[in-house]
Amino acid sequence: MVRKWEIIESKNRFYCDGRCLTGRNIGVFILALVLIIVTSGLFFAFDCPYLANRLHPAIPVFAAIIFLTVICFIFRTACSDPGILPRGTSDEILYLERSNVSNSPQSVALPGRTIEVQMSSGHVIQLKFCSTCKIFRPPRVSHCSLCDACIANFDHHCPWVGNCVGLRNYRYFYLFLFSLSILCAYIFAFNITHVVLRAQEKPSFIDAIRDTPATVVEAIICFFSIWSIVGLWGYHTYLICRSITTNEDIKNTWNASRPGMTMKNPYSKGHSCLNCFSILCGPLPPSFLNLRAIVKPDDHINMTRNAMMNTNNAQDLIRYQHEENRRTNNNRVYTTMTHPYSERKQNSYPPRDYV
Amino acid sequence: MEDTTRLTSEHSIKLFIQRDYSEGTAVKFQERFPPELEGKIDRSKFIDIIRHINSIYAEAEALSCKTFMENCCACLTGYLLLLCMPTHYEKCAKRAARYISEENDRTLNPKGIFMIDPMEKGLRCIEVCISSNR
Repeated sequence: MVRKWEIIESKNRFYCDGRCLTGRNIGVFILALVLIIVTSGLFFAFDCPYLANRLHPAIPVFAAIIFLTVICFIFRTACSDPGILPRGTSDEILYLERSNVSNSPQSVALPGRTIEVQMSSGHVIQLKFCSTCKIFRPPRVSHCSLCDACIANFDHHCPWVGNCVGLRNYRYFYLFLFSLSILCAYIFAFNITHVVLRAQEKPSFIDAIRDTPATVVEAIICFFSIWSIVGLWGYHTYLICRSITTNEDIKNTWNASRPGMTMKNPYSKGHSCLNCFSILCGPLPPSFLNLRAIVKPDDHINMTRNAMMNTNNAQDLIRYQHEENRRTNNNRVYTTMTHPYSERKQNSYPPRDYV
Repeated sequence: MEDTTRLTSEHSIKLFIQRDYSEGTAVKFQERFPPELEGKIDRSKFIDIIRHINSIYAEAEALSCKTFMENCCACLTGYLLLLCMPTHYEKCAKRAARYISEENDRTLNPKGIFMIDPMEKGLRCIEVCISSNR
């Protein structure tokens, strides 16, 4: 039994039989995780007992809640599908090659063609062909070379979470930044409080520091990370209010002044609250990859080739299995039988050069 | 390569109904009748099917109090809630898949047409197969 995640071409790592995925390099993600856990661990071990006695027993409880939130969101960001678009099949390439969906003449090779879309807001958007994924990239879709996949609403590839940040995990990423900013500020504030309280009991400030070396270590880590974390959180808040992605902001897509063009962001809903609402609380599509679908070995290709699809075995082409008992984690109950000519089959055709 | 060409040209045609991006990134497929289907199926019937699929996805993507509440509740539970209940969008995507398979059974398959759930293509296009030995 082969599941779809085992034959997917993107450079992702898959875990738990295709239930979750991360990018290829997760070294920095583990470093981030270690930093968060070690700093919080030191706080719980060395500061919390003293602070709970001296100030209030609720201090460790709140710290634990914030810490668990951070861990939950970092894993959610790192392990969900950012919105990877499935690659085009050979049929689709053939169709695109022959049809006139693009604005370029048919003599131009597919990778050089573009589709121009006239939007009702007056913008003209160019859809370029992705020679790796073999699709015309929809608006806001960008190819991540590290994951080797086209990502919907591509924001950026974040090494700290070891995954791309895109349509499906942007809100988790934002909430991770938000909760981490709070955790950082919380730990830093109570580190200072701890040292100050101890200094009042001791003859000198140096003695207080000597008593609590762990607090000093935590304070140093927090002091250096808080600026970048809070800064990044603020930057993403600004991006969310304007409804642009980091990718668009870096490329300055909606600010570049081109003659005769309105360059206002066409995806903005008009009001920053509405943008926040739609990005953070709006509906989220399920993963397009359907990673846990069972792929049928391509033994019926010959059958299809000879008997060809008349209506009766058009059913064989793709079969939806309603298996209520095999609910995948994203609750797509139907399981796809792969297409006779799709993914696996492509390998048996002479390789096409789309570079 | 000849193999694919033959497959697609002699025995069946495949066409891909593209997305309509004129109103932004909302999921909407082009509501125009592909010339390949001329004479195979009633023009308005086919456009109605596409329009219905579009309306299901429009409902899935609509900003409403329901999705707002759903996401707020999910957020408060650290998104663990999503592991045990399907979202509004997932329900709509499933409904669209069910609608397509019903239309396949009812109207499209008898005319030699087979439509595939756009979710399979990452909502980029709807794949339609036409068998030509009819």
